[in-house]
Order: sequence, then C-alpha cells, then structure tokens
Amino acid sequence: MKNYKYSEITPEKVYNNRRKFIKSVGLGLGSLSLSSMSLLNNAHSSESNSELTSYKDITTYNNYYEFGTGKGDPYKNSQEFKIKPWSVSIEGEVENPITLSADEILSLYPSEERIYRLRCVEGWSMVIPWMGFSLSKLLSKVSIKTEAKFVEFESVYDPEQMKGQRYPVLNWPYKEGLRIDEAMHSLTTVVTGLYGKALPNQNGAPLRIFVPWKYGFKSAKAIVKIKLVKKMPTSSWMKASPREYGFYSNVNPNVSHPRWSQASERVVGGSLLSPRVETQMFNGYEDEVANLYSGMDLKKYF
Amino acid sequence: MLTQTNKIYLKVVIFTLSLVPLFYIIYQILTNQLGPEPIKDITHHTGKWTLYFIVITLAMTPLKKITKLNIWINYRRMFGLFIFFYASVHLMTYVGLDYRFDLTSIGDDIIKKKYIFIGFTAWLLLIPLAVTSNKRMMKILKDKWKKLHRLIYLISLFGAIHYLWLVKRDLTEPLIFLAIILILLTFRFKFNKN
Repeated sequence: MKNYKYSEITPEKVYNNRRKFIKSVGLGLGSLSLSSMSLLNNAHSSESNSELTSYKDITTYNNYYEFGTGKGDPYKNSQEFKIKPWSVSIEGEVENPITLSADEILSLYPSEERIYRLRCVEGWSMVIPWMGFSLSKLLSKVSIKTEAKFVEFESVYDPEQMKGQRYPVLNWPYKEGLRIDEAMHSLTTVVTGLYGKALPNQNGAPLRIFVPWKYGFKSAKAIVKIKLVKKMPTSSWMKASPREYGFYSNVNPNVSHPRWSQASERVVGGSLLSPRVETQMFNGYEDEVANLYSGMDLKKYF
Repeated sequence: MLTQTNKIYLKVVIFTLSLVPLFYIIYQILTNQLGPEPIKDITHHTGKWTLYFIVITLAMTPLKKITKLNIWINYRRMFGLFIFFYASVHLMTYVGLDYRFDLTSIGDDIIKKKYIFIGFTAWLLLIPLAVTSNKRMMKILKDKWKKLHRLIYLISLFGAIHYLWLVKRDLTEPLIFLAIILILLTFRFKFNKN
C-alpha cells in the first residue's frame, strides 16, 4: 500500500475548481481535506490503477439505461433533465418516515471528497473523485426498526424526460438493494458531486448511491426512494437475468460472470498498449468489508 | 455487358472499398479518436465488418438469381476472403491487444464462454475455405469444393449467434443480423428446389 499526497494525485485545474466549489457550498476546508486524506489511502491499495480517470471520461462514458443503452447516450440525452424540484422519501420499516428535498439533504450533510474505484460488471474500471457522505448518516435520521433487514433504492421514473424508459430494456423504475449492514457501512456513499463540482445528470444527479466494493450497477442513480424492508429486494438486473446478476454482486475475481472475465479489467482512459490489470477482491476494499461476509459462500451468494 | 478490362477495374475498386473499414479504424487510432476503451472499439468495429462481409458474400447468389446477371459471382470469392480477413483482425485484436497472448486466460475464455467458443469455432472453419479459395484448389477438389464451401452457411449462423450471445441487454442489432442471414440462407433452399 502506498500513501498518496493530495498534490500527487490531483491535477492543478481540478484542485482549483474544487476550491471554488468549497467556497460556493460553504463547507469547512479543514474537515474536507482531513477526511479525504484517509479515504485516499483506502482507495489506493493497488498501484496499478491509481490515477484519477479524467472528468471527460467519467462524464461521457456511462451505463445509465434510463437515457439509452449506448455508453455515450447518457451524456447526450440527459442535458435537459430537470433535477429541481427533487425529493427523496425514506420509508418502510422506520419509526419516522420522512421526505427531504435534495437541497435539504445537501445542506444537512456536508459533502467530502471520496476517491473510489468503480468496477463495472462489463470488465472496465475508473477511479472517481466523488463528493458525498455516508448513507448511514442519512439513515440515522429515521430510526430504523429492528425488523428492517434490507434497504431498497428506487430511481426516478420519468419516461417523458428519460428516453430509455420508453422501452422495456429493464424493469422500470430501476431498483437496487443492500443488506442493512452493507447500507450502514461507512464506505456506502450518498453521492452529491464529482471532481469538486455538482453531480452531472449523466452520473445520476441530483443524488445517487455509490457502493465501491460492488459492481457499478449496484449503485442506483437519481434516487427518489429509500425503503427499509424485511425481505431481500429483487433488483432490476436480478429480474432481467437472475443467472447473471446476483443480489450481492460483490466485485470478485474468483466468481466469473457467465459471459465475460471478472479476473481482470481494463482501466478506462488507457491507451491501446495499456495492459489489463488484475481485479481485486471486493474491488480492493477487502480490509474494510470482508468482515460483512465472513462465513458466507460467495460463489453461492454472488 | 462489361468488358474484361472494366471487370478488372471494378475488382480493384471493390477491393479498395473493402479495405476502407480497416483504414478508417487505423485513422481513428492514429488521430486518437477512439473512445475511452479503444481496444473494445477496434474489436467491435472489426467484428461488425466481419458480419457485414458475411451478409455481402451471401447476397451474391440471390442477386445473381434475381437480376439474372452473372457478374455478382465474380466478386464473391473476394468478399469471402474479406470475411476471413476481418475475422482474423478481430481475433488478433482480442488475442494480441486485449489479452496480450495470455493463452491461459484465452483458453479459459474459449472453454467457459459460449460466445467466444462459437466465434472461435467459426474462425477455425473459415481457414479451410480461405485455403481452398483459389482456382487450383477448385480443380483439385472438383465436386467436393462446392460441398466444402457450403460451410459458409454454418459459419454465418455461428457469427450471428456469437453476436447474439455476447450482447448484454438490447438484442435488436444481433437479431437483425440473424434475420438477414436466415433470409439469405432460405434463398438457397428456394432456388435449389426450382
């Protein structure tokens, strides 16, 4: 493991943008740089893919089927998408169900920079400087009942604005889920921005979830509902192809997808001559999350 | 009717045009126009052009029957060889660029993943066709040549299925390919009966 200095990893332009952003949202400078340092250390347990993916690649190469199935479609088709007003309800097995606007959430929970790897189930990866905060903070607001065992995330359904939802490519609205202990883990993030800027529409604005040790599709975008439930929810991808997409979908090089390799990945933004890199257990976050799955057969619960 | 010289000119033009997809991707590589996953772009591009040349090659016989012109057949062999050419570039992109000749991983892929298995099989089956595509082999093999070259029907189906099996969710394009290939294949049976 190598510790990175802030200056080593952040291009100057980005750094400056970030300063501006901090001023604009009025966050404390001290808390931001401290918290992001520790996360930086976590995020880079591998030297092979430690460089930040460019802003351009992060914002133009996306899987977001609500805006189309092509990688460039989300960027092309989401620019007019309206994210105001926006509200998120937290309901189900909770003592105090609430509905908060996106603005309220942003002001209640200060965002910090969180640099995490993203590993797509298709076999490519990025390193993304997200802005966000732990989902556990938001969930602590509603007093979760002891019956609640899982969390279900629901993304927005708006076929008027989201072209891709006019076709039954997936079961709309997009649904994802986590076990409660996964949801409460500090790495599980409510994302509010990236590269120190507000979250672009194509990346799941205004609010999305990010779970760094799971394949990308587990991280629901543009969420409108967080529901605490007793039973394991069925996600949209599980419904589409249960043989290919399991509930857990932890990044695991030892459990191959029926149709493509999970042992290695291509780092997005590399040249023709950049080699594949080995995929790491739990996407490199094994130290932090392996204890959630002790005693579980990860081949069975894939 | 075209004169012999015109036929040769036409052949040169078609040959050059058939290389355009190759030059196009080379141009994109050199000018840095490929997306964030350039190897995937090259793989998809050459794979698609393999399928396009399968369709073009299979279309020659129906076009001959429909237009009652023999000229189409003059170019069938060249198109067929371009199937092999683009399929080989496609395969080499996967083997050399993507997996850097890591034969253990590739072998594992071929055994475990059915779309790679069927694609690789299709490429293997193309080899005897490419080798026997010259006039000398036609003479040596006589009747057997025609039978051997009917393998392209099977190869074309394998190619379409290879595409169908690898696509994640939206099956529209591979199904269109499969449909076109099936239509072109039914022409064979229809005209054979007549």
